[in-house]
Amino acid sequence: MSLLELKNVSKIYGNLHALDHVSLKVEKGEWLAIMGPSGSGKSTMMNIIGALDKATEGEILLDGEDISKKNARALTDIRRDKIGLIFQQFHLVSYLTAVENVMLAQYYHSIPDEKEALEALDRVGLANRAKHYPSQLSGGEQQRVCVARALINYPEIILADEPTGNLDEANEEIVVELFRRLHMEGTTLVVVTHNPEVAEVAQRTIVLRNGRVDHETVNENFTGKIKHITLQ
Amino acid sequence: MKKRRMYFRMITASLLRRRSRMVIALLAISIGAMILSGLVTIYIDVPRQMGAQFRSYGANMIVTSDGDTITTKQADAVREIVPQDKLVGMATYRYETVRVNDRPVMAAAADMEQVQKTSPFWLVDGAWPAAESEIMIGKNVAELYNLKPGKRMTCTFAPETETEAEGNETEEVVLDNWIDFTVTGILDTGGKEEDYVYMLPSDMEKLTGEPTEYDICELSVSAGSEELKAVAEQITNEVDGVSARLVKRVTESEDTVLSKLQSLVLLVTIVVLALTMICVATTMTAVVAERRKEIGLRKALGASNQSIISEFMGEGIVLGACGGLLGGLLGFLFAQAVSRNVFNSSITLMPWLVPVTILASVAVTGAACLIPIKSATQVDPALVLKGE
Ligand SMILES: Nc1ncnc2c1ncn2[C@@H]1O[C@H](COP(=O)(O)OP(=O)(O)OP(=O)(O)O)[C@@H](O)[C@H]1O
Ligand SMILES: [Mg+2]
Repeated sequence: MSLLELKNVSKIYGNLHALDHVSLKVEKGEWLAIMGPSGSGKSTMMNIIGALDKATEGEILLDGEDISKKNARALTDIRRDKIGLIFQQFHLVSYLTAVENVMLAQYYHSIPDEKEALEALDRVGLANRAKHYPSQLSGGEQQRVCVARALINYPEIILADEPTGNLDEANEEIVVELFRRLHMEGTTLVVVTHNPEVAEVAQRTIVLRNGRVDHETVNENFTGKIKHITLQ
Repeated sequence: MKKRRMYFRMITASLLRRRSRMVIALLAISIGAMILSGLVTIYIDVPRQMGAQFRSYGANMIVTSDGDTITTKQADAVREIVPQDKLVGMATYRYETVRVNDRPVMAAAADMEQVQKTSPFWLVDGAWPAAESEIMIGKNVAELYNLKPGKRMTCTFAPETETEAEGNETEEVVLDNWIDFTVTGILDTGGKEEDYVYMLPSDMEKLTGEPTEYDICELSVSAGSEELKAVAEQITNEVDGVSARLVKRVTESEDTVLSKLQSLVLLVTIVVLALTMICVATTMTAVVAERRKEIGLRKALGASNQSIISEFMGEGIVLGACGGLLGGLLGFLFAQAVSRNVFNSSITLMPWLVPVTILASVAVTGAACLIPIKSATQVDPALVLKGE
């Protein structure tokens, strides 16, 4: 059984089909990249997978459970328990420190544990920035805090919508490296990107166009090997 | 337990680290709470304050004899019944007709110190009589005899002929009962007092040769009309031979002024309450608006509507409590300042008002937060998290 399965999913705004009968399977532990031109429906799809939005038609099976008919409250529970989200604009709470931002995800999920949150920050190489506020961190550092926040509750799947869109190359490299490590640990990853370099490190890439899956490529050279980038 | 700690950590962080916005809300709440507690203090204290003020309008209770005259013993009994801290003054009068240049003039004898207390509005040109053979005369008397302070005036007492008919003629004719007074002051009241002359009881005793007894007793008591009624009843019931009644004209106008003043204070309180609520609601609406992304993020992380409500309500309640505490303390100073300036006296401190103000301010803030918080729960995370 696939971890995630979309069956004929459509999202219709007025007469615009942002998603048009999309079907897709993502296996447990898989690393999938989604590409496509602007307006092709990538974010729409991510929001539906991430239980932030509801499809107009179709079924979404997450862990064998159909989430397409669930009400807002049930979707909140699914986001909390099964999904880790990473955004292009980071979205950190400005008045909380890095470690508090990570603890926020724990707070809604179960119980905040500062030690565990610090370990997560250590994993993304930010142990010495734990008490900094987002405004005191660089864009790359902020995104690494977001990665720590997304992985802290061991979600079934991590969804990242253009995680490197606001980062320079060096930071992009670091974030990709973090994904590689998560993948090695068995985390399922879905990453939307405009950047072919970010896409080609994934196992598989699907390309959306006008709300449909245009084509799909499998990365033959996928190694999953960890490069040795020092995180600091 | 840990969860609760994180909750407080978030709320305090939000309040402390986003100071500028919160300071405005806090200011609005404290000022509202200050005026509120100040006005409540004044509202409660105003009868006391005004009571003292009203006493300048003269006596509000009159005691008369059921028979002929009030004895000194009866007067003392009356004085004892009135609560001492509320008794502003008690003046006893004895009236007799005396003759000046063979014309009859009404003379009153009274303790001038007490008269000044019960009738503080009397205008005296010159001085009040303080020693024997000193007399204060009404304006009309002064005009009639063309007298000024410092001049002399002789009063003669002529016993009534009927009573003397059977008495011994020799003593009756004695013209010893006259006194050569010095006029100390001219009395201007705008009333019947201007036809009278005022002397000390000892002079009256000398003039009439009779021991001091009173015709009427005027009391100025600083109390509300209900309490006054009770005191009057007690006097009538407990002191034999006298009855007390209220000067309706005075007590009723006091009641009207008081109730008007209190309803004015109440009205202002309600307006201030409404204004505070509007201000807090506006601030909270702005706070929610500028934190839509944060709310969306919290929801994306799995925050239920309940969590969002409890977080914002928590901030509101902390703000309300701090504002209430600050306002409650400032309110006392405010009431004190108003009291000093308007009533010329200081206010009684009511410590229970501080917790009450805090509770009221928390309730008002909470109510003001309801609508903004409702809009916070309606934030759609998918919408607010994308873009820019
Ligand atoms: N809430 C909405 N109401 C109406 N139309 C919408 C809404 N959200 C998205 N759309 C439309 O749906 C289409 C797909 O949008 P989507 O955000 O998924 O594109 P995208 O592939 O993520 O683009 P980009 O690469 O620029 O982020 C667009 O044409 C967009 O205008
Ligand atoms: Mg997008």
